[in-house]
Amino acid sequence: MAGCFFSKLGRVIVRPWHSAFPGVHRGPSRSSSIEIALDNTTAKGSFYAPLQTFTEEETMMKETVAKFAQERIAPLVHKMDEQSQMDESIISGLFEQGLMGIEIPEKYGGSESTFFSSLLVIEELAKVDPSVAVVCDIQNTLINTLLMKCGTEEQKTKYLPRLAKDMVGSFCLSEVDSGSDAFSLKTTAVKHKDYYVINGSKMWISNADYAGIFLVMANANPSSGYRGITCFIVDKDTEGLHVGKKENKLGIRASSTCPVNFENVKVPESNILGQLGHGYKYAIEMLNGGRIGIAGQMLGLAQGCFDSTIPYLKQRMQFGKRIYDFQGMQHQISQIATQLEAARLLTYNAARLKEAGRSFIKEACMAKYYTSEVAAITSAKCIEWMGGVGFTKDYPIEKYYRDCKIGSIYEGTSNIQLNTIAKLIDQEF
Amino acid sequence: WCRCGAEVGAVAGRDEGRGGEMAAPLRVMVAVKRVIDYAVKIRVKPDKTGVVTDGVKHSMNPFCEIAVEEAVRMKEKKQAAEVIAVSCGPVQCQETIRTALAMGVDRGIHVEVSGADYEGLGPLQVSKVIAALAKKEKIDLVIMGKQAIDDDCNQTGQMTAALLDWPQGTFVSEVSLAEGGLTVTREVDGGLETIKVQVPAVLTSDLRLNEPRYATLPNIMKAKKKRIDKLSLGDLGVGAAGKLETLSVEEPPTRTAGVKVETTEELVQKLREIGHI
Repeated sequence: MAGCFFSKLGRVIVRPWHSAFPGVHRGPSRSSSIEIALDNTTAKGSFYAPLQTFTEEETMMKETVAKFAQERIAPLVHKMDEQSQMDESIISGLFEQGLMGIEIPEKYGGSESTFFSSLLVIEELAKVDPSVAVVCDIQNTLINTLLMKCGTEEQKTKYLPRLAKDMVGSFCLSEVDSGSDAFSLKTTAVKHKDYYVINGSKMWISNADYAGIFLVMANANPSSGYRGITCFIVDKDTEGLHVGKKENKLGIRASSTCPVNFENVKVPESNILGQLGHGYKYAIEMLNGGRIGIAGQMLGLAQGCFDSTIPYLKQRMQFGKRIYDFQGMQHQISQIATQLEAARLLTYNAARLKEAGRSFIKEACMAKYYTSEVAAITSAKCIEWMGGVGFTKDYPIEKYYRDCKIGSIYEGTSNIQLNTIAKLIDQEF
Repeated sequence: WCRCGAEVGAVAGRDEGRGGEMAAPLRVMVAVKRVIDYAVKIRVKPDKTGVVTDGVKHSMNPFCEIAVEEAVRMKEKKQAAEVIAVSCGPVQCQETIRTALAMGVDRGIHVEVSGADYEGLGPLQVSKVIAALAKKEKIDLVIMGKQAIDDDCNQTGQMTAALLDWPQGTFVSEVSLAEGGLTVTREVDGGLETIKVQVPAVLTSDLRLNEPRYATLPNIMKAKKKRIDKLSLGDLGVGAAGKLETLSVEEPPTRTAGVKVETTEELVQKLREIGHI
């Protein structure tokens, strides 16, 4: 068998049934960021703000998260990677800083900020540790988004405050036999009176070790194919739910990835998120946005790697000059920096498009695909530039190299992204 | 003793559960300065008139952060009634004030000074501004950083106290409310000195006073709604003219290699040669 197509560690790569689904229809929520961004430059007569224009809040968030990451996360990165275990203090730190409920409205205890802010937070965290960034990304772009979009008022009141305050969520979609081909999932949900019984096995589920709730995609009506897929909210303590042993991974090792088994797990009907049989729709829509979050993670990874390398190059002397001064090196560095800038603009623009309520799927796919490639190239080059020290675990560079590989795999493999882009281009002509 | 002595009776009701604290909650003002970020590599401008500030990352002076943190903690302990953050400088100072707001300060005052006036702004003018504002806002306690990391003047706090004729507690590493005022521990060359200070007073914070909090995301969003008043030097009757003129700014000389000597006699001889003895 061609192995498990492990998609985004528990998230799905979907065949884009794009004709059935309109593009973004989420209106500008708190898109004042765009207007304010424009505001900053209209005074000088220019109507078009550079993509790296941030509102004051966004700038403050970037700085505070950068500081938090440097002071509280950086010292633990090496240990967490070795032991493949995230330190408790980091997860509680993320909650304390309000980073796990970025878009959740204030009335549910969240930070009531924008999608772009989430992106910036994820990027800053990824500069220091991509594993921590992915925890934050999943919580904000998948779990919280799903609940806010599809939850009933009761579900929102029950879960959102806890998600903002101290509870991590996990998203269960991928299985042993369904990665990119997500809709062929085999987990079933059989109805009995007013509850459902879930049976099945999920693979590659991120955050599983410390999650308090699981959003489980199960098929409530296998005979209607993917139109039976329904999203269920399952509490961790529900009888029959077993979190399996953590995977021993190449990269983002501090992020826990486990199989999750469901053995006659009873879930009340009131725990269906959204509508019965609409799970596939929610998955796709949510992933369009989640894609940009991952692009942000890869962007931060590449930038963090690059930022750690350049000072060394300016300091190391060979043949009587800094290795930075060799033209061969300079050309390579400039090329990498250019690609990094391009990746950044793609990502920021996709996020701004989404916030503006405009069509953004193609741009999001491009951003995710391109940033994962750039992250891979950047980290590979950085190791070369650092020479021998780049190859040792004493320096943080080799970790970036290992961490970046997942970027082209999860949240839609690069091939799937390219398929989607091509289909959308097809529609344009 | 306490200026708010007249109001103690009225606010006594609020003091239940706080044990034997006598003073009514204080009105606190914190001065914050926008400086080049401590991690930035400083470069001197080619014309030697100063350092490069354009496009360079700026942030709140670390000692000012400590001052803000102390004020916010006092507010949390209900020892402070209102905390106001003040900054003098160009429009970008509002970012610094917003950071203070995001840490928990109630409102801000931005005294806008830009261009040439800003180049000549020094501790004397700033202390006049703070003194004027302290009177205007009926402040009981002014807290500021002991010095700014760009000029290392270590003068503003002391000058402010002198202008207001208030007692001062400088290089503070610990502060607590006491009968009639504050008990303040100062870090001095010989060790620690503990003094009693009546309010109203000026305190300047030293490194070990506290560890400033991060501005959490919810607080950053809340800070958007807090108000920042804008004033000019003229509004406070402070003249902009500085009495100091910067003649030149240069980088420190690059370290040259030292010289190794074999004997003490050689050492003494070398020291005589360079004129050190």
